[in-house]
Amino acid sequence: MTTTMEGPDVDHVETADHVEHPSDLKYVKIALFLVALTALEVATYFWEDIFGSAPSTGALVAVLFPMMVIKFGTVILYFMHLRYDNPLFKRVFLFGLVLAVIVFLVALTAFEFWDDQYLKFLRRD
Amino acid sequence: MTDTATADAVPGRAGHGETSATGISNEKLGMWVFLASDCLLFGGLISTYLLLRHRSVQGLGPEDVFDIPFTSVSSFVLLMSSLTMALAVASIARGDVRRNRAWLATTAMLGAVFIGGQVYEFTTFYREGLGYTTNIFGSAFYTLTGFHGVHVSVGIVMLMSLLVMSLRGNLGPDRAESVEIVGLYWHFVDIVWIVIFTVVYLIP
Repeated sequence: MTTTMEGPDVDHVETADHVEHPSDLKYVKIALFLVALTALEVATYFWEDIFGSAPSTGALVAVLFPMMVIKFGTVILYFMHLRYDNPLFKRVFLFGLVLAVIVFLVALTAFEFWDDQYLKFLRRD
Repeated sequence: MTDTATADAVPGRAGHGETSATGISNEKLGMWVFLASDCLLFGGLISTYLLLRHRSVQGLGPEDVFDIPFTSVSSFVLLMSSLTMALAVASIARGDVRRNRAWLATTAMLGAVFIGGQVYEFTTFYREGLGYTTNIFGSAFYTLTGFHGVHVSVGIVMLMSLLVMSLRGNLGPDRAESVEIVGLYWHFVDIVWIVIFTVVYLIP
């Protein structure tokens, strides 16, 4: 038996498994938020036209990475229902994600990806 | 009302009203485990791309071939497909089979548009002189985005399978979890593109 509560102002819908999920309207709002963030990301492509000088890699990373992380987290939490589902799913996925990031960073470090300026604090001279 | 504690309940298997040892759906848990492992795949591909993209001694580089405005449109299309997939899952969960079919078809169509954009991009790059074996940047780029494209294509096949099941009357509200599991895969494909778009295209 499906139990639903739905209306234009209801933010959440209760489904047969008694787990609350966002309503259609909330999904649309989340999508619009993601579109706005994507537009901001693309706007960095026109950085030189806007500010008159090309951006440094550090500046681009500082601007783009947080937006990427926010978009990533928003899709996982709301579209993939990780916010509303059993915590075991969150632990399983986060384990794989964190492991991937650690391996990813170790590999980059092992192959001297980072510019010296990022590692100069480790040097004695 | 479905009685979940019945003599027919299979231990260790949940979903569709059956119980499991963990109390959650084994199918859904299996998909999450798969997605966690796929993070390692794409983490390796992305880190390899980052290491190799500026190490070519000849041929074209990223600054020579990338068309950011075009790729931005592709990103928008994939983002919208994530929305339609979420709406498909929501609609079947509340028993709206017709709307579920519409959203599944829309998601598959948007995915196909994205793949079309990728194919166009690859053929354009090839015509401009960047092939898979042209240089190490080309190999790394095509491998990374090619693997992502294959994931999207597999997702489209799964969506079409769900659509066919629905048209045959085999995908009702009692099987909403199947749509949700495919949805998890599709959203994962989208979040991988979120990372690829930023790391590969936007950061020089």
